[in-house]
Amino acid sequence: MKRLMSGNAALAEAAILSGCTAYFGYPITPQNELTEYMAKRMADAGGVFIQSESEIAAINMVLGAAATGARAMTSSSGPGISLKQEGISYLAADELPAVIVNMVRGGPGMGNISASQSDYLQATQGGGHGDYRTIVLAPGSVQELTEVVPLAFDLADKYRSPVIILGDGMLGQMMEPVDFDNLRRPPDYEKDYVLTGAKGRPARMIRSLIFDTKLQEEHNWKLFRKFQQMEQNEVRYETYLTDDAEMIVIAYGIGARIVRGAIKRLRQENLKVGLLRPITLWPFPAKALKEMAKTVNDFFVFEMSAGQMVQDVRLALEGKGHIHFYGRPGGVIPMPVELSRIISRHYYQEHFGGKRKKR
Amino acid sequence: MEGRVRIDEERCKGCAFCIEFCPKESIFLSEELNLKGYFVAAFDAAKGCNGCGICALMCPDVAIEVERG
Amino acid sequence: MKTVYARPKLLKEAHFHYCPGCGHGIINRLLMEVIEEMGLQGEAVCVAPAGCGMLLYNYFEIDVIESAHGRGSAVATGIKRVRPDTLVFSYQGDGDLAAIGTAEGFHAANRGENITVIFVNNGVYGMTGGQMAPTTLLDQVTTTTPAGRDSVLAGHPVRICEVFSMLDGTSYLERVAVNKPAAVIKTKKAITKAFRRQLDGCGFSLVEILAPCPTNWKMGPHEACVWIDEVMSKQFPLGVVKEVPCT
Repeated sequence: MKRLMSGNAALAEAAILSGCTAYFGYPITPQNELTEYMAKRMADAGGVFIQSESEIAAINMVLGAAATGARAMTSSSGPGISLKQEGISYLAADELPAVIVNMVRGGPGMGNISASQSDYLQATQGGGHGDYRTIVLAPGSVQELTEVVPLAFDLADKYRSPVIILGDGMLGQMMEPVDFDNLRRPPDYEKDYVLTGAKGRPARMIRSLIFDTKLQEEHNWKLFRKFQQMEQNEVRYETYLTDDAEMIVIAYGIGARIVRGAIKRLRQENLKVGLLRPITLWPFPAKALKEMAKTVNDFFVFEMSAGQMVQDVRLALEGKGHIHFYGRPGGVIPMPVELSRIISRHYYQEHFGGKRKKR
Repeated sequence: MEGRVRIDEERCKGCAFCIEFCPKESIFLSEELNLKGYFVAAFDAAKGCNGCGICALMCPDVAIEVERG
Repeated sequence: MKTVYARPKLLKEAHFHYCPGCGHGIINRLLMEVIEEMGLQGEAVCVAPAGCGMLLYNYFEIDVIESAHGRGSAVATGIKRVRPDTLVFSYQGDGDLAAIGTAEGFHAANRGENITVIFVNNGVYGMTGGQMAPTTLLDQVTTTTPAGRDSVLAGHPVRICEVFSMLDGTSYLERVAVNKPAAVIKTKKAITKAFRRQLDGCGFSLVEILAPCPTNWKMGPHEACVWIDEVMSKQFPLGVVKEVPCT
């Protein structure tokens, strides 16, 4: 049954249905509706809700809750996510599951409350200290927001690692029809590491301080092997009209939605443009992109930032093809028609420059 | 009441709390060095220890066991 | 002959890494004595700090989690809210609680979280080599106040118990010390009381313990104990600061 919900509210509902029993958050626009929805819904569901005194407190409450076996979540934006980085590093080091939601806003600094994609590097390159990675899921619609939530909790438990959901201010605020009928609560994992009081079992410890450098190195390689498994097994992406495309646009989240609208216009004019939409920003669909480079040499990266994902595109293509970047930072949200004009201008420039590979 | 004090020499760090607070002056700082390099506390049974346990109460390294009988 | 004093069973075999005459050693032992006597090994969860006390998991035979510096009260909140029938206590030094963790401690206290904070106050940052702490006394010499703490430049020492007593959410706050036998006995009683109150659901409790740090005070162990009596406890008066009847 379809309901009209804002992205923030739908995300929160999906979390509850996924078995989230603990939510801690601090108000920050544009995700306040998530925190507010949780305040009521979590109480109804008999879980734990705290409006914490800061984002730092929230991530540490998540850590404590996860250490006792709860499915725990926090959400924030921009400056608040920066504050959480230490906690995320600790979660990764302690091998604790958790879901962290970032509804990205304009930045850096105080920025603004409009949607942007300027936290890509922070999310995917590990914003906190130390050698770790986090799976980053980038939904592109309110319905998809509800789909990545159970996936996020499942992956967090499966790998015992924090998972980031990278939304944005527009996705959080927009209202779309959404249904939860196909949402499957992730299975409960056996957790032999949780702290519950040492009743009838040896005492357990959860800690990341390892003075002995050889042991610390081994711990790092152990984590690294987990991240390698994630890279092998958890890549997710979507393609749109790429089979005959002579130019591939790479965009994610709300950016990809704008690009889709642009491509629909361009196809009416017979421009052979397709879209590769990463759904996992980490692990990045590098293999799929490299595969496309066998038949396509014209790549157009669109981001609502000054250029962050384009670095991963360059790394993935390993020098193949030409990469054109178009970015709008600061919370500017271009219209599909605007983007179609810019893409088509580049398309024709490449065409008349004789650089494009024909198919 | 008679008391007996057993000091774990390898745990002892020679902080001398047991010596300072013993009401019977039954513990003294010996000239023995332990593996950590501290002069360790030692028990003198001849001083009339009554097993009050204050030495063990004060020991920060939990190096002392006390018996009474 | 019967044993009057033996090592608590809940202390692991590892030798303490603390300096000679350090208050942490006494407090660690008291905590395990109390938990053993109250039979709470199956319920206790300890949140360890950053600081000299950070290696608690090497000594305590109970569930322990290491927290980032200052965040112990928030981590303890997360644990206790999810599992209210555990006995949750954070162990925090004067940097952990009175500097970087003040917001988390203040708000856990303000929300009346049913946890116990063991606040070890030795007036200095021990692990990092003796820098000023928020609880360092005026004129006290530390590595970052080489001329002695000047209130104009570095503020005044913070009395956490008194500050937290203003919050309606706090229910039991007592300041004790471990510098002499009578004081150690009082400290053990305070810890027992705080844990008993937590089990009875009385709300936020904090036991502030004045502890000697001979190494960074540049004193011998006994001299440090005397200094607590003659100087430190004048700034930090011992006794019950707040005790609300438990409903």
